[in-house]
Amino acid sequence: MSHATAAAEFVADVDRARWHDRALWFVRSKRDKCAQQLPEWEALRERASLVKQHTASRMAEYLEEFERNAVALGAVVHWARDAAEHNAIVYGLLKERGIQRVVKSKSMLTEECGLNPLLESKGLEVVDTDLGEWIVQLRHEHPSHIVMPAIHVKKQEVGELFHEKLGTTAGSTDEKYLVGAARAELRSKFLAGTAGITGVNFAIAETGGFVVCTNEGNADLGASLPALHIASMGIEKLIPRMADLGVFLRLLARSATGQPITTYSSHFHGPKPGGELHIVLVDNGRSKLLANEELRRSLNCIRCGACMNTCPVYRRSGGHSYGVTVPGPIGSVLYPARDMQAHKSLPDACSLCGSCTDVCPVKIPLHHQLLAWRKTLVKAKVTPWHMRAAMSVVGGVMARPWLFRLGGKLGRFALRWSPRWLTYNGLNPWGAQREMPPAAKQTFSKLYDDGIGHGSARMDGIDKDQNKLD
Amino acid sequence: MRVGLFIPCYIDQCYPQVGLATLQVLRRCGVEPEYPREQTCCGQPMANSGCVEAAKPVARHFAETFAAYDYVVGPSGSCVSMIRNHYDDLLDDAAEQQRLAGKTFELCEFLVDVLKIDRIEGRFPHRVGLHQSCHGLRELGLARQSELGPTATPQVNKVRTLLQSLEGITLVDLARTDECCGFGGTFAVKEAAVSCLMGRDRIADHQQAGAEVMTAGDMSCLMHLEGLIKRDGAPLRVMHVAEILAGNQP
Repeated sequence: MSHATAAAEFVADVDRARWHDRALWFVRSKRDKCAQQLPEWEALRERASLVKQHTASRMAEYLEEFERNAVALGAVVHWARDAAEHNAIVYGLLKERGIQRVVKSKSMLTEECGLNPLLESKGLEVVDTDLGEWIVQLRHEHPSHIVMPAIHVKKQEVGELFHEKLGTTAGSTDEKYLVGAARAELRSKFLAGTAGITGVNFAIAETGGFVVCTNEGNADLGASLPALHIASMGIEKLIPRMADLGVFLRLLARSATGQPITTYSSHFHGPKPGGELHIVLVDNGRSKLLANEELRRSLNCIRCGACMNTCPVYRRSGGHSYGVTVPGPIGSVLYPARDMQAHKSLPDACSLCGSCTDVCPVKIPLHHQLLAWRKTLVKAKVTPWHMRAAMSVVGGVMARPWLFRLGGKLGRFALRWSPRWLTYNGLNPWGAQREMPPAAKQTFSKLYDDGIGHGSARMDGIDKDQNKLD
Repeated sequence: MRVGLFIPCYIDQCYPQVGLATLQVLRRCGVEPEYPREQTCCGQPMANSGCVEAAKPVARHFAETFAAYDYVVGPSGSCVSMIRNHYDDLLDDAAEQQRLAGKTFELCEFLVDVLKIDRIEGRFPHRVGLHQSCHGLRELGLARQSELGPTATPQVNKVRTLLQSLEGITLVDLARTDECCGFGGTFAVKEAAVSCLMGRDRIADHQQAGAEVMTAGDMSCLMHLEGLIKRDGAPLRVMHVAEILAGNQP
């Protein structure tokens, strides 16, 4: 389904679309306040962008340095070319140890790789321990946002869900009560879990350690209680030095939720005493992006979700309308790289307002990259032929002034004299909810030719003409 | 100083009063622009759809039409941004592209940055909402975007500066100062549902702020918004900034 079709379905419930928009705008406003408080905000963004670009330019070198140092700390490092390899490695580790139950802290990478369905198909129990992610898991859905996975779900709906699944009081929407119930239930899962899977926010080449950021502390519990900790990370999560970390930690929480710092930024340096730590480094298309000069900077992404919160299209169409794990502007850049045909509508889910480029803490020129995709899709003839043909015709007309004048004359004549049913029908998506632009009696160029180009003496006369145009 | 007046295609065809107002404002500020008769379009609809090959001859035509001028001035942030920021893969000659980009200005930007004007004589005793069109705001930097840090440039809002100088004008406070209106060129058609909701939300923001007139530096945003206002019968008028600066009344 194209984004436009899915978005139209979401927007059809206009109250819900507006509620969704307001919820995300609230987060974006909090982010703005944070950015405004730091005089060094733009300098931080610049620094982060440069560090990420530098890392990308020496990706192989830094990955090997990370591996060396992580191994020296006692971790086992695995390399996965794609999602299937990642899942096979994780499943292999669990199977070897006869593990049946896994607690997962929010990891968009395992979501991207489809780990949950695979493990469940092998008979394992997987519990997502991030509250939002657990809610969507209980609803048999996917996250609609990378930082706030259940942002599309209303409080009342959570109340109903918990009543059905956990036996909370029917009709309750009290947050404290509902969170308390979730906490008790998840706590038992943590204690029963025999392996913990986490994502990675930042991996430091210099030390071989990594950092996981959560607001609920679920990664700490998930990684600390069981003997086995598996950390899955996309190769782009790498930064060179410990000294770079502060730049990113300052940017991440402020950009994501408008907090000065994430509640828990947990550092992992090797396995806990008596435990095992496995780090899976996943490519899954990332090196393809690295090789693409135009899109390389999309690897800067630290998955803060700021571009989603600010995107006026995302806010009103909901994350599920994108049909991918990482929705919004960054997702629309990333997914066509995997499959142009399947995701061809995503670069069009954008009014090119450029707000995503401005909020991005690592300065990915998102709206320029979306534009670059549109060009690539046209070049590869993935864009429907009628769109390309229409634009060729318009281009042909606009390159010939006489044809432009003639076309304009005919168009204005038609617009002025056509019966309404001819202008406003199912074939005119503009006119479904909007009136057409006015067809002026005279063009500007005609008025200019008629004399206003010859000095200001005639301006009064023109002012009157102009009123007539209304 | 030879100034070429750039009147975007749809303004020429649908909103000639905006072209006239632009001409008037420039004249009042002591500039007599020339209107090159052969101009058509900047190529934005094709380029933004990704159809580079279709846009190339249009960009070439534009560059040739305005080659002789010291400045090119137009009442549209988005068309000006097209020429300034997106012509590099449309014109083969990089030097020509840079020359053209360097001399092409949006109307308010030209008044403030080139002519160094920050006051316009005139009266506009109305409550006005300023819709900051995205391309003017974020690609030309006509004002500091709300997303950026406090030290980002510029600190001056060029459109607002000029409007504020008018006698009797009240610029109302919007809840969302730089939210997109949802036009977005072909986006308005391809994603019509989201586009229209964005537009209606923009209009609602101006209405709750008590605006009588909604203005913008881009007639294309206003074209989309006006289409919704007329359909819904909302009590709001749209006027291009140039019209207000030229002394037109609603």
